[in-house]
Amino acid sequence: MTRTMFHATAMALAVAGSTAGADEIRVLNWQGYGTDADWAVAAFTQATGHTVVHEYFNSEQEMLTKLRTNPGAYDVVLINAAFTPQAQAEGLIGPIDTAKIANLADVPADLTGNADLNAGGALHGVPWTWGLTSFAVNTTAFDTLPTSIEVFWDPAHAGKVSIRDDALEAIQFAAIATGQDINDIADLDAVRDKLAALMPQIRTYWGSENDWNQFMAAGDLDVATFWSGSASRSMESGLPVQFIVPEEGAIGWLDGLSIPASSTRTDAAHAFIDWMIDPEFYVRWAAEGAPASANAKAAAALPEDAFNKRVLGDPEVVARVQFQRPVPDETREAYLALWQELKAAQ
Amino acid sequence: MSAALAPRDRLRLLGLLTPAYLWLTVAIFLPLSAMLFFSLLSDVPFGDAPWHVTADNYLAFFQTTTYAKLLWKSIKLGLMVTLACVLVGYPCAYVLAKTIRGRAREALFLLVILPFWSNSLVRIFSWAIVLRGNGVLEVGLNAILPFEVDVNLMFSTPAIVIGLVHSYLPYVILTSYLALQAIDDSLIDAARSMGAGKLTILRRIVLPLSLPGLVAGAVLVFVPVVGSFMEPRILGGRVGTYYGTVIEDQFVAVFNWPLGAALSFILLAVVLLILAVTSPVLRRAQA
Repeated sequence: MTRTMFHATAMALAVAGSTAGADEIRVLNWQGYGTDADWAVAAFTQATGHTVVHEYFNSEQEMLTKLRTNPGAYDVVLINAAFTPQAQAEGLIGPIDTAKIANLADVPADLTGNADLNAGGALHGVPWTWGLTSFAVNTTAFDTLPTSIEVFWDPAHAGKVSIRDDALEAIQFAAIATGQDINDIADLDAVRDKLAALMPQIRTYWGSENDWNQFMAAGDLDVATFWSGSASRSMESGLPVQFIVPEEGAIGWLDGLSIPASSTRTDAAHAFIDWMIDPEFYVRWAAEGAPASANAKAAAALPEDAFNKRVLGDPEVVARVQFQRPVPDETREAYLALWQELKAAQ
Repeated sequence: MSAALAPRDRLRLLGLLTPAYLWLTVAIFLPLSAMLFFSLLSDVPFGDAPWHVTADNYLAFFQTTTYAKLLWKSIKLGLMVTLACVLVGYPCAYVLAKTIRGRAREALFLLVILPFWSNSLVRIFSWAIVLRGNGVLEVGLNAILPFEVDVNLMFSTPAIVIGLVHSYLPYVILTSYLALQAIDDSLIDAARSMGAGKLTILRRIVLPLSLPGLVAGAVLVFVPVVGSFMEPRILGGRVGTYYGTVIEDQFVAVFNWPLGAALSFILLAVVLLILAVTSPVLRRAQA
């Protein structure tokens, strides 16, 4: 009897001890971007005892500002690889302890070796997802699907075209249309002319995925630039759209999960990142519409007809992708000035 | 005059004025000063980013033609919307003040104020549903008219004007109504008895006497419309880039608060200038 009592007490103590070691980690990400899915957070809490609180940003600049102004407030932050070097140089994020992330072994070397994620000579962002910025068409407006980006300039679709209201995206899009390197645009005048010719074709700009879906559903648009992850969600929801990676190429982006240098709960943060690149997490997320996973095992676990396997799993498509590199502030400002000038001329 | 006030009266005056001025200081003066300060910085002073005081943000306005072009476009939009509001609102206010009495007036007033009760974003999105091709307006018109019409105003300047007029019309109606109601009916009767025509009465009596209300309403419309950004962005599509949307971009999209603040103060200065130039003209018209 006393023995059982003793055992019960010991067990209760052990349980109490393990919960005392449980941390509350704070994740900084875009809203609705995978890490904050209820089921994912619940599964993580059940497996590790750590709880997860989210905070959101609306632009990369805002994310950087939040990291600068609130040291110690965040434990995991999503950073686009094009911004990782800046965050690292400012001392905002610390190196990743690769030994603590078991699933990292399944991430291909070309992603873990990405120059931007390895800013400062060590891995500072765990490759999480990647995707494309290309375009999607309303399939009811086309008999045969276009294969060239020139469809945006096709008079047959005048007034039925949209691109996102974003300077960098618009200019890199035009760089692809003019056959240039998106990370080193040599002929900005060609880009300007190409965009100026595109303007009269445009019905409206889109700002968010929600905008895009509404405009497409209302029949306002035939063709519009779009993100691959969003396209998979729109197709999943039944919109008659198809994502196209034209022969001219597409803009690629890579998102990494980093740990702020000021984080005090790094063990829990590493555990969360490990769960985020786990195939089990990814397969379920992909069913709801997710970008492509950086984890090869996770990508392979998708069903054959899944968007990310069908479209982005094709090596020929991937070969056409130009991945975004960091953009210096002066270049960004020049792009913004050009974009505003083009918009103001309307 | 205040020198003639007894100390007790002065105290009472202070008690009555303090809450309002305290509120103005806290709610307007402080944030505005903070923005003025921001507008003179080289970078947002958050975290460790280095910054210094500079006039570059104000100079940026003059370094390209983009901002000036957009400001002029916004002022034209402001004039258009104000004119439409006056043309629609003033007759309405006249009828409400001089013709209709009793319950009917209350009911009509309610209809005028109704737009104020709904969120502005909801109003604009409902306009988007109406103006869109194959939207409520087009379907409705085609159901009534014997011939097919193609109404697709969405993403055009008329769509922006319609949305803005709807949002700001009540200001003109309310201010004009108050001014019109204050006009003594016997003045109009006297003019009529002396043989003045309807137009003469309007031009010589009603309009001059109600001008302060009309001008107040017009200013209340013009100032926010010049800086408007949400309506042009949602209803304007490709042509919806205005001075206000560029300021919004600086704050929201590119996180350049100093430039956004500087552009806002330039707008404020230009609007004040316009009001300063037009007020003597209007005062003369009234006299």
